[in-house]
This record gives sequence, structure tokens and C-alpha cells, in this order.
Amino acid sequence: MNEAAKPLSRPALAQPSRRAFLLRLGLLFNAIAAILFAIPVLGYLMSPMRRYAWVSWISLGKIEDFPEHQTRLAIYRNPYTKPWDGKTANIPCWVRRESGAIFRVFAINCTHLGCPVRWFQESGLFMCPCHGGVFYSDGARASGPPPRGLYQYSHKLENGQLWIKAGQLPTLGEPLA
Amino acid sequence: MLVEAGAWLDHRLGVGASIREAARHPVPRSSASWWYVFGSCTFAVMVLQFITGMCLATVYAPTADRAWQSLLYLNYNQPLGWFIRALHGWGSNFMIALVCIHLAQVFLFGAYKYPRELTWTAGVVLLLCTLGMAFTGQVLRFDQDAYWGLGIAAAIAGRTPLIGGRVVKIILGGPIIAGDTLSRFFTLHVFVIPAVLIAFVVLHLFLVLKLGINEWPMPGRIVRRETYLAEYHKMVTEDGEPFFPYAAQKDLVAIGLVIAALVVTAAIMGPIGPNGEPDPAIIQTVPRPDFFFLWLFSAFALLPPWTETFLMLTGPVVAIALLFAIPFISGTGEKSFRRRPMSVVLLVMTFMTIGILIYLGTYSPWSPHMEAWSGTPTPVDYVRGRTPLELQGAILIQAKQCRNCHSLGGRGGMRGPALDDTATRLTPNQIVRQILEGGGNMPAYGKNLSPAEVNALVAFLETMHPGDEPPARSSINPAVAPSY
Repeated sequence: MNEAAKPLSRPALAQPSRRAFLLRLGLLFNAIAAILFAIPVLGYLMSPMRRYAWVSWISLGKIEDFPEHQTRLAIYRNPYTKPWDGKTANIPCWVRRESGAIFRVFAINCTHLGCPVRWFQESGLFMCPCHGGVFYSDGARASGPPPRGLYQYSHKLENGQLWIKAGQLPTLGEPLA
Repeated sequence: MLVEAGAWLDHRLGVGASIREAARHPVPRSSASWWYVFGSCTFAVMVLQFITGMCLATVYAPTADRAWQSLLYLNYNQPLGWFIRALHGWGSNFMIALVCIHLAQVFLFGAYKYPRELTWTAGVVLLLCTLGMAFTGQVLRFDQDAYWGLGIAAAIAGRTPLIGGRVVKIILGGPIIAGDTLSRFFTLHVFVIPAVLIAFVVLHLFLVLKLGINEWPMPGRIVRRETYLAEYHKMVTEDGEPFFPYAAQKDLVAIGLVIAALVVTAAIMGPIGPNGEPDPAIIQTVPRPDFFFLWLFSAFALLPPWTETFLMLTGPVVAIALLFAIPFISGTGEKSFRRRPMSVVLLVMTFMTIGILIYLGTYSPWSPHMEAWSGTPTPVDYVRGRTPLELQGAILIQAKQCRNCHSLGGRGGMRGPALDDTATRLTPNQIVRQILEGGGNMPAYGKNLSPAEVNALVAFLETMHPGDEPPARSSINPAVAPSY
């Protein structure tokens, strides 16, 4: 394409004629138009990256629902949803009530590659079905390929309820706060 | 009548001559071979994929709350929906297989060498597009595997230094795997990648026509930049045949066979999935990717953890860069695989590695068997005539989920060593230490076992030895059982 265009454009650009001016003006207008077009398109596609306020406090239910020294599965509705998210916005998490007001709330996602870890109360371990990651009841890494312990949600007890700061999929790049 | 209509059209379009020229362009007599049909077959299956894909799009609901139901509707309610889904799913498998065979043939026959470097490069793009279609297609089959497969993709992306979290959000289209994620992958699968695919297929075919089909590689016939074009021209003018029908007839036969095989396979095997509903709250799931990414899944389990992040992020880039670079690394010289032993070794090793990793992935020995502790019985021989303490240990092996990682009588997890001959490998004290402190990839059970339970476990494991092989004993403290 370049080879074909050169013999035409070179003489045209060499002499300051109306044709050369129009060609340059045309290129300039198109460059500006392309930028004007590209900015909103990129902004549209990249918008999930820009917004940071994805997390907010949500309740997991009454404190009494979580017996002491036990780990229970809790499910919450993600605070940011679209009407067509369906069940994908129902996010599970593991709630460990050590004793009294001492809680730990773990993300369901294994820290290795995000698969859902399962709790086994008899051996006090979380096991991952994908690559064999295992975690202790306090979330610490026990064995397998995970590079760290389970992700933990920030939590607080208020009005007799357990609240967690949730809203985004935890990854190594952005673990939960 | 038809001839008249054709003439009328050609008078306006004026493309008849160039089509005839393209169809009758000379190819080397040796290239009109059965080895040269795989590119055409891949193309044919791709066209079928477009047709079945358009059919599916008329029913499929590309939203997170309805996609799974619409797949079930396609399978069970829509007339012939099951068959179109089967054709599309198995067509994808066929296309990947054919692309790989085509790539292997081109590589072995040195067809990527001067002057066909760009043809190879465009082919690599087509390979990547095919794999991209396969992955995004697996996501559109929106089930549990698709959901957690996205989770794995996000976890890998999240390992990118500095911008990991942002990359994840761009891939997912939001903070979690949900409606926007499916819409993004729908866009990729239906608009973006097919557009790239068509553009590069056109380029690929244009280059094949322009540069001519690769001649059959003869050992000793060396490719030189200075002389190759003249040699090739001489070959096709003196000993060439028109592409149509001389080479095209074999292509046509092969395409017919492949399509027939695809239709029969689809009819017998039926549609692929979907499996469980993509509800993240259902955690009783064992996510696995389809076979074309199963080898990566296996590699992620087997890589040393400290190399993992580095290899996950750089490995694909390096592998793809190497694929692109092949014609520029060895663009001239011998074409015949008989004179390129290292190329043959490289190809065989690559396919063997991928094949073995896929095989390992099918039974994932590194994963705990989540139901083994409750669902797999203890072999009768292992409990017959045992003392109450030993039986208590046998129960604990089940109740404490030891079976999830350790097998008895060949059944149970394979993550840790089989327990059938533990007593011959570890002394009682070593067993206690191993259970309480873990190590060698075993979690420590110190906090979750009482001394009495450990005693029972050791008593049972001490019976785990073949009749003709006594249990291991410590030379320091030979006869004393562990005590607390």
C-alpha cells in the first residue's frame, strides 16, 4: 500500500499547491477525528478499571447465626450488581467465629488460582479442588501451591450483626483490605 | 441459462478471469499430496463453525442470568438445538486438532522458510485466534467450569505486578465475575476474534496464492534467498500442475471426509455440557478447563510455586514470540525433516509434553479427592482381625479426611503417598512426627488430633505393611511404642 501511495503523494506534496494543502488538511482532520473517536471508545471499555469504590459494608446476618469455634458458609449479594447478573452476584465466603467477638471472614477463592476452597471441620482444613492447595482453620497456608494464606475480609460487629467490606473478586494484585 | 447469467455477471464484475487464474495457478506436482489437505480442512470446519455459531446465536441468551437456561433450552427444547450445539462444540475440537496437524505438517516440511515467512506469521495469528475462540467459547458455555475458569484467568491476570488489580477488572468488565464478564466474552467470541480471523485467513490465502504452495521437501535441496524464487518458478512451469483440479480434488475428498466425521461424531457424542449452574454459591464443584487448556491447568499444579508467577506471565509471551520467530531464526537451508533432526525432536517433545500434561489433567493426582473420606470404603482386608485401637485408627483415617489425599487399596486421593505400606517406610515415632508437624506438602495435624487419636492412627498405620515385610523400627529405640 505504501509503495503504491508514494509515487502519487510525493510530487503532490513537493510543490506547494492547493492539492497538497488539501491532502495535508485531510490527514490532519482525520487524525484529530480518530483521536476524538478513540478517547470515548477506550474510556468506555476501560471504565471498570477507573472506578475504585467497588467495596462497601454489607451484613452477613446476625452474630448468633455463627456458633463459636465453628466455620460456616455465608452468602451475600454483591453490593454492585446489574439486574441481569442473576446468581453470579451471590458470593459465598467462609465465616470463622473463634470465640466471642473474634471473627475471621475468608474469601471463597483459593489464593493460588481462585477456585472455591471447601471447609472440612473434622480435620480443620480448607481444601481446594483445583491444584491441591490446603489452608488451616485460621486461613494460613498449610500446603500446596498457594503463595499466601486465604484472603480475609475486613469485618466489624454492629447492631448485633456481622458486617464485611466486600464488592470485588480478591486476587494477588488486589487482595481484600 | 446459467451460463448466460454468469456471463452477464462477469461482464459487470470482471472477476471471472482472476478467479480462473487463481484456481488454475500451477502447483508443484509433488505438493498435490494428501499431506497438504489440512489447511483446507481447517478452513472448511471454520466455515461450519460460522454457520452453527450463527444458528446458536438465534437462541442463546448472552446474559449471566439466562445463558445457562438458554443452553438447556437448546439441548432439550429447541428442535435440533442439541445437534447444532454438538456440531459447534465438536467442530471446535476438530478445528483445534486440524490447526495443530496443519502446523506440525508445515513445520516438518519447512514450508515456513523463505519466502513464506509472512504466511507462517499469519498462520500463528490464526492459531492464536482459534485458541481464543476456544477459550471464549468455553466461557459462553456458561456453567460452573466457565465461571471458575474465568476465576483462574482473573487470578493469573491479578499476578501482574503493579497493575494486576486493574487488569482483572478490565478482563471481567467489573469487580466480580458477572453479567458484564459474559458480555465481554460474548463480544470477543462473536465480533472481535472472528473479524481478526477472517482478515488473517484472507491474508493467509492471498499469500499462499501469491507465493505458491510449498514444494515437497527433498533432502539436499537447499533454500537460498538468491536462487529460490527462480528455482520454484522453474519447478512449477516445467513440472507443475494446475491447482484445480489436480490438488483441489484431494482437498475436496479430505474436506468431505472431515465434515462427515464431524457430523457423525456430533450425532453420536451429542452436545458438550453445560454442567452445573454458574452459581458461585454452589461450592461443591471441581472446576476443569476443556482439554485445549487442560495442559496449562496441569502445568500450574506441577510448576515449583516460586517460579509460578514469573512463568505464568512470561511463559505465554515467550512461547508466542518463539512461534512468530521461527521463520526468522531458520528462514533458509534444508526443508526436509530428514535433515532437520532437532526440529523433529522439538516438535515431538512439544506435542508429548502437552499430551502428557493433558493426560495428567484428566485425573489430577495433585488434587484432594473431596469425597474420598466419606465415600470410599476401607478395604476389608485392612480391618479384619484388628484390635479395637487399630480399628479406631482406621475410622480416623476416614473421619479426618486423610483419604482425601492418601489412598488405601488404590482408592482415595493421590496427593500424598499411598498408605498401604506406610509401616515399612516410617517408624512409629516418624509417623507421629509426620502427622503432628506435617511437612513435605502435608499439613500439620497437631491442633486437630488428641493424643489418643494419634495413638490410634499410629496403631492402625503400623499394620500397613505387606505380610512378608516387617514394619520399620528405629535402631535407637527399637521396641518402644510411642507414648505421651
